[in-house]
Amino acid sequence: MDQLLFGDNQFFGVNHMSEEKARTQAMRFQNTQAVIEVLDAALKEGIRTFMCTTHDRIAGVCDHLRLNPDRYRDYILYPCMPYAHKYNNAVTELGMLGALQKFLPVGGLLDATVQGGLALVKKDIEGIVRLLIDAEMKMFSGLNTPVIFLQNVVADFLMGLGFKEAFRIFATHVKERYGAEPGFITMNMPRMLDLLEDIGLDNPIICATINKIGFRMCGGIELYEKTLAERKFRPIAMSVLASGAIQPEEAIAYVCKLPNVKAIVFGASSRGNIRQTRALVEQMYLRRTASPSAGGEQGPGNALSASLA
Amino acid sequence: MLRVGIIGVGKMGLSHLSIINSHPSVRVVGLCDATGYLLDVMNRYTGVDVFANYRVLFDQAKPDAVIIATPSRTHGEIARHALERGIHVFVEKPFCLSVGEGQDLVNLAARVKAVNQVGYHYRFVGAFQEAKRLLERGVVAEPHNFRVETYGPVVLRRKGGTWRSNKSEGGGCLYDYASHAVNLVNYLFGMPSGVGGSVIRGVFSKGVDDEVYSTLFFPGGLSGQLCINWSDETHRKMSMRVEVWGKNGKLNADRQECQVYLRSGSFPDLKLAEGWNLRYTTELTKPVRYYVRGEEYSAQIDYFVDCIESGRLENINSFAAALETDVVLEMLQRDAELGPSTTKAMATRVDKRKNGLGQWIRRLGGHDL
Repeated sequence: MDQLLFGDNQFFGVNHMSEEKARTQAMRFQNTQAVIEVLDAALKEGIRTFMCTTHDRIAGVCDHLRLNPDRYRDYILYPCMPYAHKYNNAVTELGMLGALQKFLPVGGLLDATVQGGLALVKKDIEGIVRLLIDAEMKMFSGLNTPVIFLQNVVADFLMGLGFKEAFRIFATHVKERYGAEPGFITMNMPRMLDLLEDIGLDNPIICATINKIGFRMCGGIELYEKTLAERKFRPIAMSVLASGAIQPEEAIAYVCKLPNVKAIVFGASSRGNIRQTRALVEQMYLRRTASPSAGGEQGPGNALSASLA
Repeated sequence: MLRVGIIGVGKMGLSHLSIINSHPSVRVVGLCDATGYLLDVMNRYTGVDVFANYRVLFDQAKPDAVIIATPSRTHGEIARHALERGIHVFVEKPFCLSVGEGQDLVNLAARVKAVNQVGYHYRFVGAFQEAKRLLERGVVAEPHNFRVETYGPVVLRRKGGTWRSNKSEGGGCLYDYASHAVNLVNYLFGMPSGVGGSVIRGVFSKGVDDEVYSTLFFPGGLSGQLCINWSDETHRKMSMRVEVWGKNGKLNADRQECQVYLRSGSFPDLKLAEGWNLRYTTELTKPVRYYVRGEEYSAQIDYFVDCIESGRLENINSFAAALETDVVLEMLQRDAELGPSTTKAMATRVDKRKNGLGQWIRRLGGHDL
């Protein structure tokens, strides 16, 4: 896993600080080409993993990657599914079962439709979940997707319900059908780790909000730090800037000091900002390795230098 | 352990279940829904007891509290049965579709001393709580007008098959979206004495409304506009924004931030200086125990549990508070049915009589222009 992963919130009008900024970004990135230009800028800075939701517009990015195989031979995508708002709005409009039927494969995939129909009738959740995953993964066909994530809205929702089986089904299907590792995004990291250990997932990949001010770190920052220090899993830090509430230097210094963090996912809209983030991570890593008290071999900057070399 | 039952396991029922299920002092003792499909799935995969009839759930699972998230038309009946058994009630918004029914429930809840709360979660959004605190402190000084805007991408084409597209079931933008905006208005400014110029109509929907506009009038001279439209996909999800103009400045609030502009002076204890003052959600939002889809959803559920555990009957989202919202929704509907209050014909007639226009309209409406 690369140590700096590129996120996609900035492309889809998601800005947790300001709705005005979110709208400005939504306008700028309404053309897929504008998204691709930023991805290319990141690539030039050595950031070659794109962690993206299964938003309809990502399909256009995937088409572009497939059309230019030489340029993107080493490019890595970490799909995060599902894009929850499309389900949320469909449930309001169509009801629970109506929404489910809407997103099960239709059209040319008669077999899948029959399978889906049967699964619905039999209340076979395993069959339904597999079909929903396949529907979300369709746009990534032929591309390199070594880790596939369950989005936090769905992961935390299912965890709250106590629907452990869904996590097992997701993990198994992602491994068997796509040869990928399952990842789980959460705002409740310690509890998520409990659940994943409980269903027998060894050393799971968990992407969680991790930042110096404890924003959206349910269970509290102390428990997060203790969990990072003591338990076996592969954490990825997101929202390290807490939507801009923390200055980049301070934010990245904090995360780089934490034990065991494998990667940082961040979003940016310009090459300058991408370069700044990369430079900060490298600098914090160097500072850390220069300090005799820092024993970590596992900080995010560590392998970053290797992957960027 | 507090025994909790959940009636209605649609979108909101499941969302509440996900949040309350992980509460350390709560045990979910039963789910109830009219459709068996989801119940069977939930029972099979999570082991929770399920019931096809809420009275059976009350009798057999013996909940101390219930969350009611059924189609709005049925809220009143189920809440009444729960309260008659002394069960604490959290009910989804809107509260009741009939003001009379709502008033009966307010009285009943008070009589049996049950905690009662309605799911208007915007009262738990940090930026709006901050807006209320600052308005109460008078930072903008004598607010004279506000605008509350709510937009979202729910109905974007002619379609619909659920109870939400049926007016008599409590569907439509008025009950679903505008109720939130009105409730926030009640929270920030109190109860309007009148409404005017209301427009409630469909854009794509046949049976229900997709947009709501109105002007609200308050005792003391404050007025405000509602602009609600759920057929606007330029918003990724439901957005809520409040702007308030006062003698000493302006206040803007949405889910992400609270901005205050002070024309002059300062409030050192509130850390407000002349000019613009910005506060972001990261500093305004209190951490929650378990996060699913926004702190406010978790905060309102934990607040409900806390009220029960501490025996506190006053509630910032009580039935009585939600009844105010229902009354305003009723006012808006009656006003919208009347259409325009002043017509071109009236103005033309005035002109012919060679009376002053302002004088004539003053006589008609009793307002000073």
